[in-house]
Amino acid sequence: MNSSSVAAPLPAAARKPAGLKAALTKYRVPLSILALCILPWLLPSKALAVNVLIYGVVCVGYNLLFGYTGLLSFGHAAFFGAGAYITGIAIGQFGVPWYLAVLMGIAGGAVLAFIIGGMSTRTRGIYFSMVTLALAQLVYYVALQTPSWTGGENGLRGFTVNKINLFGFDINFLDPVNKYYVLMVFAALALWLVSRILNSPFGAAIEAIRENERRARTCGYDVERTKLLAFTLSGTICALGGTMSALHLAFVPLESMHYLTSGMIVMMTLLGGASSFFGPFIGALVFLLMEDVFSLWTSHWQIIVGSIFVLFVLFLPKGIWGTFLSRVVR
Amino acid sequence: MSAPLLAVENVGMKFGGFVALQGVTTEFRPGRVTSIIGPNGAGKSTFFNVLSGVLSPSTGTVRFKGQDLKGTRQHEFVHRGIARSYQITNIFPDLSVHENVRVAAQAGRSRYNIWTNRNRFDELDARADKALESVGLFAKRNETAKFLAHGQQRALEIAIALISGPELLLLDEPTAGMGPEETKDMVALLERLAAERTILLVEHKMKMILGLSDRILVLHHGQLIADGTPHDIQTDPEVRRVYLGQNHGYA
Ligand SMILES: Nc1ncnc2c1ncn2[C@@H]1O[C@H](COP(=O)(O)OP(=O)(O)OP(=O)(O)O)[C@@H](O)[C@H]1O
Ligand SMILES: [Mg+2]
Repeated sequence: MNSSSVAAPLPAAARKPAGLKAALTKYRVPLSILALCILPWLLPSKALAVNVLIYGVVCVGYNLLFGYTGLLSFGHAAFFGAGAYITGIAIGQFGVPWYLAVLMGIAGGAVLAFIIGGMSTRTRGIYFSMVTLALAQLVYYVALQTPSWTGGENGLRGFTVNKINLFGFDINFLDPVNKYYVLMVFAALALWLVSRILNSPFGAAIEAIRENERRARTCGYDVERTKLLAFTLSGTICALGGTMSALHLAFVPLESMHYLTSGMIVMMTLLGGASSFFGPFIGALVFLLMEDVFSLWTSHWQIIVGSIFVLFVLFLPKGIWGTFLSRVVR
Repeated sequence: MSAPLLAVENVGMKFGGFVALQGVTTEFRPGRVTSIIGPNGAGKSTFFNVLSGVLSPSTGTVRFKGQDLKGTRQHEFVHRGIARSYQITNIFPDLSVHENVRVAAQAGRSRYNIWTNRNRFDELDARADKALESVGLFAKRNETAKFLAHGQQRALEIAIALISGPELLLLDEPTAGMGPEETKDMVALLERLAAERTILLVEHKMKMILGLSDRILVLHHGQLIADGTPHDIQTDPEVRRVYLGQNHGYA
């Protein structure tokens, strides 16, 4: 065999496809953060911008499991809600400082994701989706039935964060611009973390499992354990979105745990494109923008958004961002 | 004589009431190519599935390098030193040819690391390229695996299996669905591989097996009915009886 001649390392240019798409991938985190910096000035309201941040984080985290590991969970509202409730309860009922409450929300969401993931990742296909749905509904009913903790049907109130102290500065958290940029720091961290995970050896392992579970197992990957880790990481990032939501609204609606919220996360992710890093964020942006605009015109805005969603799934299955990447940028 | 690499003792496999393997006892020593033949449904793939951890046998034991494999989970087999290919091509269709092999190599090195960049493992890249080269696919490294010709996909799967540096390589009909040209290439590849490791081969193409194998086992209705050199097998009356009248086209 003439191994020496051909197997010499290729120049970097021959290995990696160059071009705009490669640049977009390589600098996806700084570019995303740049987009987040200007976002509030492009949208009709700062409150909408904060919502985009929150659901953007949730969907990017969700997509770690859905788009990259290939597992369709219908239960991620549980982690979103858990993050929100734990943060709210910690602040409102225990007087915990906001930053600790955020950490507790994230940790609590992680534990819940580990438990639900542990039970659901043993099953496959439609059974996996159904188990996540059922377990998340169980969590929903726990929230409903423990009103002394969660406020039950009325949701959780009474934990307004007015001021945030960062590096010795008191920041007025009621000011929408301040609020946006404080929460943006969390969103930027989440995006950086997810990008990091996708670039890592673990990121390659989950892609292998999505591509061909049997082959991945034959290659030596512990499929169950890898899925559980992906599930837990994904749920943890959704919990971060939940704590951001709690800080933003100073309120946790019971609906944040409802399966309709899980469904909305799936829809946003598909709309933006599950095959790309930033697609789910774009999906959240477009979905919430449509809700914002159409709900001014008509109370039946969900029909319009639903129709657009169906059109996308049928004709542009790569979603908005995925289609853009494959057709326009190349 | 060397110690057996793999020792199979009284292995049986039942699917419900159906007996797919029964009382299979044999040993494989480090060395070249052993082929396993038998009519369709004889239990050849089932036997491989037992040896590679896809199935755990209903009865009996399998020892690899003296260690009982009972309770070993499937993904651990490759780390122990047993790799395999499947009868129906089993690759990562939407990954590039290079990534197919690289991610297989990575399994021996890093599986849960979420912090480093996967491209930092230069050595994996180089090893993947070397494996691709050894199966003649280096020129296709940047192509998406599903766009390769059938024979190339089969070769890719062998590269994936080889990358772990297995002591024992199980190949389930590597030439399945191949024309004469592709088969010739595959035989040449197998001959090169056989020089360096122990190979168990399931095949239907009789001429190929006779030329390639040092030893042949014959399975029939889940039982071993013959074991010997190609010459022994060709002249074995029982084997002739099993194959007689069955038009496999490889007499
Ligand atoms: N998972 C399973 N469940 C039930 N029956 C099975 C299973 N796997 C194999 N069998 C049966 O066991 C028998 C042996 O199958 P196996 O695939 O091992 O045959 P084979 O020798 O590889 O045949 P071929 O030459 O067609 O590949 C067949 O009758 C098959 O239907
Ligand atoms: Mg078979």
